[in-house]
Amino acid sequence: MKKQVAKQAFITSVPIMAGYIVLGMGFGLLLHDAGFGVGWALLMSVTIYAGTMQYVGVNLLATAAPLLTVALTTFMVQARHLFYSISMIERYKDAGKYKPYLAFALTDETYSLLSSTVPPCPPEYANYYRFLVSLFNHSYWITGCLLGNLLGEVLPFSTKGLEFSMTALFVAAFTEQWIVLRDHIPSLTGFAGTLLCLLIFGPEHFLIPALLLIVLILTLLRSREEALL
Amino acid sequence: MMKSLAIVAVMSIGTILLRGLPFVIFRKHTPSYIVYLGRVLPPALIGMLVVYCMKDLNFSAAPYGLPELIAALCVVGLQLWKRSSIVSILGGTAIYMLLVQFAF
Repeated sequence: MKKQVAKQAFITSVPIMAGYIVLGMGFGLLLHDAGFGVGWALLMSVTIYAGTMQYVGVNLLATAAPLLTVALTTFMVQARHLFYSISMIERYKDAGKYKPYLAFALTDETYSLLSSTVPPCPPEYANYYRFLVSLFNHSYWITGCLLGNLLGEVLPFSTKGLEFSMTALFVAAFTEQWIVLRDHIPSLTGFAGTLLCLLIFGPEHFLIPALLLIVLILTLLRSREEALL
Repeated sequence: MMKSLAIVAVMSIGTILLRGLPFVIFRKHTPSYIVYLGRVLPPALIGMLVVYCMKDLNFSAAPYGLPELIAALCVVGLQLWKRSSIVSILGGTAIYMLLVQFAF
């Protein structure tokens, strides 16, 4: 059974593979050009494991930014993870020994995979399945970061456009939720609320206002939404 | 060297705190409000991520975000048709790569 679950987890993680390796390579290359070798690529991909944060981090490292700046930037870039975790509390409630790693490895992509689907295995294996999906994704990311840092610009074929697989992942998950859920208010709130904040605050500063707006709207709609259950 | 290590440590610890604190705070009892958020936030945050991916598109200059919009619509169509994330993601990405490498 465990083997079966591992196979399922691997299949679930496949769409992430190409995107993580390519985006990881982009980061590894950038880090290399900033003068940081493969040890740094390993350290960052294992202990931070967050795409946007690591890209921003290259700049922080290259300019030897003050630690307070680093802390504030981390909060601004990563605040959304607070909400990913809040919404996974019930699902990970009985995760036991897997829980710390499941929480640590909750990237945008892993969240999108694990929050939008029910594990395709018996419930008692659900957390083992989630653990393996998280671990597979993490290993793709580490592989990409190391390869990019070691190989530099030597690539066997043009990967231009491959990074779109991450966008495609979110669009596919959004569509699937739209099909599965009868209540479309949360989907619309997230999409339209973020679009509105992007138009008002611009591409650099819209994420935190968008998170606050989404939580505010969903909180105001709570009694209406719970009546739909 | 030490400064760089400190920078990486702050980024790592900051990220771990944001990802881990909710689980630590609500480890015993989950208030009904948090249970409610757990139900409605996933579709909302996935909607947010869709917009987040498109944030740097420029609709006022060529190619007007067309490769992204066309490929995203293909993903929606594939998902409605086949209901398989792998098919939608690989298909949409292949179409996008063809568009940016050969058409635009």
